[in-house]
Amino acid sequence: MILLIQYTLLFASVLLLVALGGCFSEHSGVINIGLEGIMVFGALGGALVMRYLPGGTSAVVIVCLCVCAAMLAGMIYSLLLAVAAVNFKADQTLVGTAMNLLGTAAATVIVKALNTAANPDNPSATIQYVNERKAFLMFDNLEFSWLMPLTLVLLILAYTVLYKTRFGLRLQACGEHPQAAASVGINVYKMRYAGVMTSGLLGGLGGLAYITAGVSEWKFENGVAGFGFLALAVMIFGGWKPFRIALAALLFGFFRSLSNVYTGFDILNQLNLPGTVYNMMPYIISLIVLILFSKNSAAPKAEGIPYDQGSR
Amino acid sequence: MEKKISFLKKPAVQTLIASLLCILLGLLVGFIVLLIINPSGAWNAMSTIMRNFWSFSSARGQIKNFGNTLAKTAPLLMCSLSVLFAYKVGLFNIGAAGQYVAGVGVGLYFAIGLQMPWWVSLIAGTLAGALLGALSGILKAYRNVNEVISCIMLNWISLYLVNTLLAPYMDITMSETWSLKKFYPSAVLPSLGLESLLNNHQYVTLAIPLAILVAVAVWVLLSKTRLGYELKATGLNKNAAKYCGMRDRFNIVLTMAIAGALAGMGAGMFYLTDMIKWPSTVTAVPAMGFNGIAAAFLGGLHPIGAVFSSFFIQHITDGGSFMEKTYPSEIAGLISSVIIYMCAFVLFFRQIMNRPKRHEKVKGGNIK
Repeated sequence: MILLIQYTLLFASVLLLVALGGCFSEHSGVINIGLEGIMVFGALGGALVMRYLPGGTSAVVIVCLCVCAAMLAGMIYSLLLAVAAVNFKADQTLVGTAMNLLGTAAATVIVKALNTAANPDNPSATIQYVNERKAFLMFDNLEFSWLMPLTLVLLILAYTVLYKTRFGLRLQACGEHPQAAASVGINVYKMRYAGVMTSGLLGGLGGLAYITAGVSEWKFENGVAGFGFLALAVMIFGGWKPFRIALAALLFGFFRSLSNVYTGFDILNQLNLPGTVYNMMPYIISLIVLILFSKNSAAPKAEGIPYDQGSR
Repeated sequence: MEKKISFLKKPAVQTLIASLLCILLGLLVGFIVLLIINPSGAWNAMSTIMRNFWSFSSARGQIKNFGNTLAKTAPLLMCSLSVLFAYKVGLFNIGAAGQYVAGVGVGLYFAIGLQMPWWVSLIAGTLAGALLGALSGILKAYRNVNEVISCIMLNWISLYLVNTLLAPYMDITMSETWSLKKFYPSAVLPSLGLESLLNNHQYVTLAIPLAILVAVAVWVLLSKTRLGYELKATGLNKNAAKYCGMRDRFNIVLTMAIAGALAGMGAGMFYLTDMIKWPSTVTAVPAMGFNGIAAAFLGGLHPIGAVFSSFFIQHITDGGSFMEKTYPSEIAGLISSVIIYMCAFVLFFRQIMNRPKRHEKVKGGNIK
């Protein structure tokens, strides 16, 4: 049972971070399909810091540096989307797809190159961080990471920024009707950059949270196994609103962890369902929700449409 | 002079230039990465990627690897046709990956589980892809669900379904599905004597000419038939098409079904050659469908262009695996993903090419 709660919270915090990232980007009017790639880059940033820090570094420093590195890496990577989508009016779905492919390929190349340079007999794409990962744990025997309270803080912060500040309301205006926003003097380009880069920041942190969730090494050729896409589902399920996204993340995290630990429950064993059913569940649920509620969708009206000053 | 300008303004020429520019930029990025990793062998590694099978010294090795590349091009071409077909109708079929997976699952299930001959398995896989595509289409047409989102969900659902479906047909010792050649030879695609052209290559089959025929068929359908015209009109403006008496909703469903069928058929063309098997633990959607997106856009969203772009992408991917081991083979993946990224700028390239120069504008005004 405790295992189930642990995993639920771990996965939920990852999904929540990334989904909040997607939420910021979409509220500014840019669809971010590339969250998966952003997560990989955030994870890479964090993992590299863990690898190259000297052995005796204190836990606080490790956590702070990793978090900063992951956020920075995610943010820089998200610039690829921002430049293409905002300045060049590119097809956002296409750019996002390219970013997902590029994320895994580039991270694998970087890690392999570093590993081979350090030791020619090691052409793997794995980074190990057995000792460094312990810095993230709040308690010795439990898998509760310091990133969880941080996620909670960021959730409250995200809500406040989006709904209680001038910046957040302006950001949302750019996602609903950019021309109207521009007519009252809001710089749509800047706002969309801000939205996409915030999503990079949160997505990168989500990537770090994912690779430190219960494992102490990461094979970068695996990417993040669809978590970026799952986070998109969480965001839609949560109706683009931070607190509902949090609930959705808990629900999806619960199903995701059930697929890992369902063998430990007698009731579930008696149902005799294959483990893949639990894996599928989050996707099926969000598809059903989409079917039921898409007619009056809460999606930002102008998302995915490149901003054109001249159109009405 | 004037003739030259009009040559550059032709859409087909512009598409070709833009695609070549994308390739060039992609290769440049790849080369820079190679230089950073290890400058001394970078040129060699790059030429290995570019030459692929030509980098083998023996004619035998060359022919063998040329055949391998061809065999893998067929499914990639089908996936890219799937993507471009939907895109022509204004739909982004990111679900080609999932439709491909459905094609693999049902195709192999018919081949191994039901022991059906190859053509039944191929058709079954095609229909499975079509069904999955149609589902996205129905959701889009009748429930207003964005096809990108529903496709992403269906990609993962179909991955897990196929894992479950194929679980009983695993060769435990190899942890992958049973070899078709060894145990179910009737399910292997026939080669129609093509293998003798390539030194009795075992994986060169009917799939390659069939894929090219399908590409031509897609081209004919899109640009020479009434149905293709209706589909494109629906994609351009759903409401206008409806006003003209076209069945807008039905057209969307039909488009996605055809796109899905193309991807599902591609899966059959690959897995029924026995060149590749479905491993027992697959945790990520295979990249084939996503690479199809790359090939579709690189080919300028033209079915015949897709034939060449698919071959090119498969060519550099295979070339990447022949580099010296000091360089990671994923460089090829990196190059092709940079190429897709650059394809997003094609519209911008075209704008630059179409921008009239100042003195030309004046001149044109005078003539008129």
